[in-house]
Amino acid sequence: MGEAIVITSGKGGVGKTTTTANLGTSLALLEKKVCLIDTDIGLRNLDVVMGLENRIIYDIIDVVEKRCKVSQALVKDKRFDCLYLLPAAQTSDKNALTPEGMIEIITELKAEYDYILIDCPAGIEQGFKNAVAGADKALVVTTPEKSSVRDADRIIGLLEQEDIDPPNLIINRIRNHMMKSGDMLDIDEIMQILSIDLIGIVADDDEVIKATNHGEPIAFQPNTKASISYRNISRRILGESVPLQSLDQKVTFIDKLKKVFGRN
Amino acid sequence: MVTNRCITIKGTRDGLTLFMDDTCAFNDLLKELESVLSMNYIAENEQPIRIRVELGNRYITGEQEEKLKEMFANQQNFTVDQIVSNVILKQTALEWKDDTAIKLHNKIIRSGQELNIVGDLLLIGDVNPGGKVVATGNIYILGHLRGIAHAGSDGNKSSIIAASYMSPTQLRIANVMSRSPDEGDGGMMECGFVDRDSEQIIMDRISTLARTRSDLSVFERRIMNG
Repeated sequence: MGEAIVITSGKGGVGKTTTTANLGTSLALLEKKVCLIDTDIGLRNLDVVMGLENRIIYDIIDVVEKRCKVSQALVKDKRFDCLYLLPAAQTSDKNALTPEGMIEIITELKAEYDYILIDCPAGIEQGFKNAVAGADKALVVTTPEKSSVRDADRIIGLLEQEDIDPPNLIINRIRNHMMKSGDMLDIDEIMQILSIDLIGIVADDDEVIKATNHGEPIAFQPNTKASISYRNISRRILGESVPLQSLDQKVTFIDKLKKVFGRN
Repeated sequence: MVTNRCITIKGTRDGLTLFMDDTCAFNDLLKELESVLSMNYIAENEQPIRIRVELGNRYITGEQEEKLKEMFANQQNFTVDQIVSNVILKQTALEWKDDTAIKLHNKIIRSGQELNIVGDLLLIGDVNPGGKVVATGNIYILGHLRGIAHAGSDGNKSSIIAASYMSPTQLRIANVMSRSPDEGDGGMMECGFVDRDSEQIIMDRISTLARTRSDLSVFERRIMNG
């Protein structure tokens, strides 16, 4: 029996889809059977981030309206045999998807997969309710910005009313130098406001954008900062205890020399 | 001439006090009152006499109270100051109790959430930005107040708001409102209350409350206030 995890944030553009794609990939790297579900009807991107756009035949609305079976709509990942995607519909009516429909699909998938990751649309309307309906757990993604933390707070409040475990927090796009200079909210401040458990932090990394544009999740790369973060989060999802990685740059010999000569 | 069996009249400095016997029927009381009132021989130009009615252990409904007041109103020379009774309805007593009880809540009020309370609120937890707590009485927060707090929501200006860490977006007490300064951090162990002279919310250390609001802990304070 698998576990369904919804990835949500309230605010748009904080990295829900990227997180979903990367956690899916890193869970697959750990040899788990994973299914990703995109619930952002009309604005689907998870397929693009995964580089699977050209393989979509059926979508989630086709499943709900019984035009095909769930297994027919699933798209197999090009890198892993144990990773699948259930894409959102791009053109169909938004209202065709209901919480009941989602629960039905997820129950069916749970029998087959270890982890089902649900990519939630931005906002707190019907799309959010659909995405949360079948989930057992929730991951809230936020960035170290006031507006994003505020929306995360709102979402946590709504999640607390649902019948799921207390959500865990991912802080995305951390810029270490800005946090240190106090221009960005630091991790402690965010934790103080949201007061839920932190499951991981991800540094802001240009490589993420590059990889996304290639349709290849960054978690696949062996040792960029962000990929290590995502793989750590996956291990924490599996129940391992992994210490938070340090955000500090390694100080190289040349950096030290520069410091001595006062050029930094 | 009717003998006064049910009503005893006493004169005081402020006017007249009418003691109503609490064992006779209300209708008899009204009849007698009528005859008593009709006997008045006060000159027209004199100042109206202030009346205080003592009902003893009798409960009267709002309707009956109206009737009483009406009888006095028909006579131009009387104004009814107060109608006092020793007894209240159980329901009213419970409302009073409810109104003065401290309600304990143990949770975080997050953005978009609102907590409404009759009586005093003791919140163990934070109020986050965008969250709101409203109470008809005082608000005590063991935690971080970052959102909006509204004390004395039905108009009690003597209510206070106290928090272990005070950095609210807005404080409201009855109909007085204030917002936080655009710059600056909050303070530890602070409380806000309405200054009696300036009609504005001012902030002070919680420790000063013992001096300025010594009546905070008195259960009867609102019963006394009516």
